[in-house]
Amino acid sequence: MSGEINGPVPVGLTGDADAAGTDARFVTAREMGVAGCTRCGRVWPLETDVCARCGNTIVSRDRKSLQRVWALWLVGLMCYVPANIYPMLRTRTLAQVQEDTIVGGAVELAQHGAPGIAIIILLASVVIPLAKFFVIAFLAVSVERRSAVSYHQRQLLYEVVEYIGRWSMIDIFVVAILSSLVQLNALAAINPGPASLFFALSVIFTMLSAQAFDSRMIWDAQSGREETEKDE
Amino acid sequence: MSDTPPIPCTDLIVCPKCDAAYSLQVPPAGQRAVCDRCGQVLIDTRHKAGLQIIAVSVTVVILIIAAAIFPFLSIQAGGARNSVSILDSALAFSDGPLIALALLTAALILFVPLARMMLAIYVLTPIVLDRPPARGAALAFRWSEALRPWSMAEIFVIGCAVALVKITDLAQVELGPAFWMFAALVILVVAQDRIMCRWSVWNSLDEEPAT
Repeated sequence: MSGEINGPVPVGLTGDADAAGTDARFVTAREMGVAGCTRCGRVWPLETDVCARCGNTIVSRDRKSLQRVWALWLVGLMCYVPANIYPMLRTRTLAQVQEDTIVGGAVELAQHGAPGIAIIILLASVVIPLAKFFVIAFLAVSVERRSAVSYHQRQLLYEVVEYIGRWSMIDIFVVAILSSLVQLNALAAINPGPASLFFALSVIFTMLSAQAFDSRMIWDAQSGREETEKDE
Repeated sequence: MSDTPPIPCTDLIVCPKCDAAYSLQVPPAGQRAVCDRCGQVLIDTRHKAGLQIIAVSVTVVILIIAAAIFPFLSIQAGGARNSVSILDSALAFSDGPLIALALLTAALILFVPLARMMLAIYVLTPIVLDRPPARGAALAFRWSEALRPWSMAEIFVIGCAVALVKITDLAQVELGPAFWMFAALVILVVAQDRIMCRWSVWNSLDEEPAT
């Protein structure tokens, strides 16, 4: 067999010889009896315990991965509830003391003529975290049962969640900057509320949850079906 | 074809995202090797990448230290004035249980990026000089990679922009020198991350690197 790969790949990779005749069929490391280190990429025989190059634990599939994903997901969700109930910012001016929750603060911004900023805050603090909870849950469920969503799309979802999760921290940084900067003695002062701690914890735990997910499982659940579906 | 002898592990490369296995061929410098199944970039070599990364990292280290010291932002309203450094804003959450958050913020925007840059310098300098890897280089690079998602300088900059818009109608804001340093270092941090090919670094830390 030629072993040529079509597509945008420069001459770096060649399909393995096992794929007799079918260029499109991929051989997984597990089928070959080897396992790749997820951290440094070194390949080892399946029975290897620890990667001798980088010290990472070698597992072909992380069986306990889903338990960790769900546990961290749940903690993240539990922190997200108080993050939305308690005030995020406490603004004290000459006339009054005002406490704003995340959503309340954004609504107020929109009313005061900064709808763009309100949208950024809502995106970073409400839409992205909620979408993240849904996507992680969906991915974790989808590797255990058949999913109508293709593996490419799910891989993309996973990458988006991993990439975008960090951006939820924007609101925490906004609170940090505001409450350090706006300390004008009697005139005005902004202080962080308890929601800030819960929100930061929620972001951290969902990031850990996404990291705990072993994306190789997405492709496993499919590989049996894929052969029959698109055998070219 | 069926009874091909088992391929030695060192001649293989496995996609960490989808587990597809390929026989390893290092692409010429400047080209990338991409997993054909899931699109993950496996190898992304570049001419003189090591030297560039070291140069950028050193610059970032200097900028981070300078940005932490110089005034970052200051506001003025009705005669009252307040000026803060980045460290001040990170440590804003310093009353009661929020102190944890203060330490966390300081870590995310200053110490984690700083640590990653220093680890990169430590790991790459011997490689660029064609010396054997530094002691504990694998551990150092491992830490650098583990800290990668937690380096949030670029997110802090967006946070600044949002915060500035929020207070412009409340008070007059002035941008200090540290603000511009921070803006520059964020671009460099992202660039450093882009030029670095993880596979190449790990490979050069190997006892018998593939060529």
